[in-house]
Amino acid sequence: MLDFHKNHKLLVFTAFLGFAVLSTIIAILPAVQLQEVEPLPGMRELNSQELQGLQVYVSENCMSCHTQQVRNIEMDQVWGHRPSLASDYYYSKKRQDIWRQSPSLLGSERTGPDLSEIGKRQSGKEWHLLHLFNPRMVVKESIMPSYPWLFEEKSPALVTQKDVVVPVPQNLLKNPDHKLVAKPEALNLVSYLQSLVQADLGTASDPGFIPSTRQTSAPSQEENSLELDGLQLYAETCAACHQPNGEGIVGAFPPLAGSEIVTDHDPDILIQIILSGYDARPEFGAMPGFADLLTDEEIAAIANHERTSWGNEAPKVTVEQVAEIRKFILNP
Amino acid sequence: MKRIILSSLLLFFLVGETFSQTLPNPDLDNWWSSPGIIGTALLIAIISFVAILIVGSRLSAFIQGLQNRSQLREKERIKFELINWEEEELDWILEKRRAAKTYRLTGRELSGHGASEDQRGLIAKVTRHPENPLVDEKKQETLRLETPEPLRNLMGWYLGAAVFWLVFGTMVGQYVGMKFIWPEMDQSPWLSFGRLRPVHTNTVFWGWASLAMVGLGYFVISRTSNTRIFSYTLARVAWYLMNFAVVLGNLFLMNGINNGGGEYREYIWPVAVLFAGGLILTFYNFYQTVASRKISEIYISNWYLLGGLIWTITLVLIGYIPTFQDGLGETVIQGYYMHQGVGMWFMTFTLGLIYYYLPTALNKPIYSYSLGVLAFWTQMLFYTLIGTHHFVFSPLPWWLQTVAIVFSAGMFIPVLSGTTNFLMTMKGSWSAISKSYVLPFFLVGVVFYFVGSTQGSLQAFRLTNFIWHFTDFNVAHSHMTMYGIITFILWACIYALLPKVTGKEPPGLGVGIHFWLAFVGLFAYMISLMAGGTLRGLSWIEGENFIHSVILMQPYWVWRAIGGTLMLVSHLVFAFNFIKMVRADKSETVQLSPALSSTHI
Repeated sequence: MLDFHKNHKLLVFTAFLGFAVLSTIIAILPAVQLQEVEPLPGMRELNSQELQGLQVYVSENCMSCHTQQVRNIEMDQVWGHRPSLASDYYYSKKRQDIWRQSPSLLGSERTGPDLSEIGKRQSGKEWHLLHLFNPRMVVKESIMPSYPWLFEEKSPALVTQKDVVVPVPQNLLKNPDHKLVAKPEALNLVSYLQSLVQADLGTASDPGFIPSTRQTSAPSQEENSLELDGLQLYAETCAACHQPNGEGIVGAFPPLAGSEIVTDHDPDILIQIILSGYDARPEFGAMPGFADLLTDEEIAAIANHERTSWGNEAPKVTVEQVAEIRKFILNP
Repeated sequence: MKRIILSSLLLFFLVGETFSQTLPNPDLDNWWSSPGIIGTALLIAIISFVAILIVGSRLSAFIQGLQNRSQLREKERIKFELINWEEEELDWILEKRRAAKTYRLTGRELSGHGASEDQRGLIAKVTRHPENPLVDEKKQETLRLETPEPLRNLMGWYLGAAVFWLVFGTMVGQYVGMKFIWPEMDQSPWLSFGRLRPVHTNTVFWGWASLAMVGLGYFVISRTSNTRIFSYTLARVAWYLMNFAVVLGNLFLMNGINNGGGEYREYIWPVAVLFAGGLILTFYNFYQTVASRKISEIYISNWYLLGGLIWTITLVLIGYIPTFQDGLGETVIQGYYMHQGVGMWFMTFTLGLIYYYLPTALNKPIYSYSLGVLAFWTQMLFYTLIGTHHFVFSPLPWWLQTVAIVFSAGMFIPVLSGTTNFLMTMKGSWSAISKSYVLPFFLVGVVFYFVGSTQGSLQAFRLTNFIWHFTDFNVAHSHMTMYGIITFILWACIYALLPKVTGKEPPGLGVGIHFWLAFVGLFAYMISLMAGGTLRGLSWIEGENFIHSVILMQPYWVWRAIGGTLMLVSHLVFAFNFIKMVRADKSETVQLSPALSSTHI
């Protein structure tokens, strides 16, 4: 009966059948089931520019270093405000065309940061363009590849109104008297990255993270909240553009060291810019507002770090001052 | 008895696992005391122990040769006797010595009068410098297997292409590894990291390992079925299909055309169809060969070869059928596909090769046929279910993750039965290891089979996922298995087989250099990425700024590149050895009378 060692038909057929049945149970059925999820209420479809950007993302295989999944454990909280859900991928993980399947966006390596909410963390177009052309211009220690083929050098005479000029130092160009212009691929990719934001579910239905058990005793936590680490917050939120040394990047992001606004005795303008952003000077990129991303305490800590570092000497800002300006901005 | 040990071991690990599951928020302050971490450390200790054992045995043999103790003892005895001798006695001895000293041999005392001739071919070789303190003399392969000319050519084709892809694939891997240290090495889109990484993985998977496996498999299937290959033409067509797939797939990848970035299915479907075509032809060929076997029983190797082929064909179909690949459906299939690609194709097929080549290299039967059968069915049962352990804590259903983790622990059964079987086969022949250039490769491969697979099971646990997931630890694990197991075993098989078939030995020194560079290189690669990956994971848990974890990895990436360089050089040496083994020799005389060749080392 079970003479597998003498009956090759039986052996091969049983092996095939066993594997096929197990595969159906463990792979095909769950996959079919997971395809049937609905998009979340707050989600919108990718527009055509973002879709083309996604194709650039896939074609350069960004997935080999960047994940797009916020796991339901506390350490992943830095990458998103809630754990990822199956519905999050409703619009992005679709078959691309007849040749290529749905992209493996979740990824398996975090050589670089997770990108689930990069559109929120890093919303500035100028930053993304500089970073794509040469990541080490904005993050010195980065090991990400440069993507110069997403840009072209044009002589100033040929630059039209529609072209997006990237403010790169002359010495990084092949022709020093040319201007660097972003190709449509770069612009599409950036608009895809800017679209990466987790849809809000409201606190009630948030799945929540599995907390870590590291115990922080209550009293010390109180002390911490009074004196937040401005350096750490600055490094996480501001340094990508303004640089860790506060020098900024010439032609793209203004310096904070020695800046009149930063060191002004009256911190109102500084706080106002952090809260609602700034785009008044054409020679620099636009700065997004951080009112939704940072608390009053965090803004105060960042402002104090900026006002007391890199040779800056200005009196400290209080949380109350920040709260007052926030109230003023929200209800003018 | 065996079953009791197995099941109690399994129980132990399952208990450990449920323990870490009932605590959804494990105590990360004591991460080093969790079963997964301790188990992995233990396994690394085992492999280090084996390494020390090999190095130590070589060293001690060397030292022993230098200070021969019995000689010393003899001197002491003579000294003692001399002191106690009478003067007359001494004079008499000295007289005799003087006479002996002046005596001269005529030089013809032992010789006959006829010319000397080794009529029966008993002398295999003549060595003029028998003392070689560094390495043991390797036994030469005396067995010559009569192989049909077409089969010999076929294997030359498959193995030759495989060697080419190994060298090419690892060159790409080394280049990609260096980009972690010098990200500005080039500005060409074709050589960009994201595009080249899948070129490396796909080339060594589908080019090197697959072609080598199929080539070695043809010999096994024909030999153990005691019949000739069903169709050499089909084998040749399959060769073209698979090689063409790798060439074409790589060109597409470098042009930025990939299937969607899921690991090991980056080739778009038209390319995958070519490769699958090659697999189907190979399966049909193998199946028909086994069907026309001249003996009633199917040798255990052929179970694995046929199983591996039919499973992989099914797997590729499921991996590329588009109807369930949208949304997270794609992710379920991806976890399933990338795991089974390794488990059902490379691991299963290579196990089949071990079941033939290890016993023939030792010239004795496999320890247990039944253990092989047990491992075969449990391989199918457990391996198939564990793909989702690549997506622990992801938005995939929790039950799918749990099943994957539990059955990862179940993998102990096939792994232990396989390892036991191979080690028990080798038992009693340990002394042969230092005399053979084939067996060290087998030993490393088998030990890594146990260590790499078990380590993978431990890595699937939830707590170990906290620390290691997404870090370079995964890269270390995949090299530990695809390199430590698969590649080492394939080398062992090639070195075991080719001299028997072609009648040409590889240069002993070349094999030695190949072995040690690959072995040390793999260790440097593995240990540096494991250490760096662990530190990186801990840095993320601490909530440090992400760029800190990039900076802290720098020295480990340098060590990885150093290990990679050693591995690459070893592959060049291997390619040289391979050419030595297959090249048509111009002077046939060397082969006819081995007594005249003075090869040693």
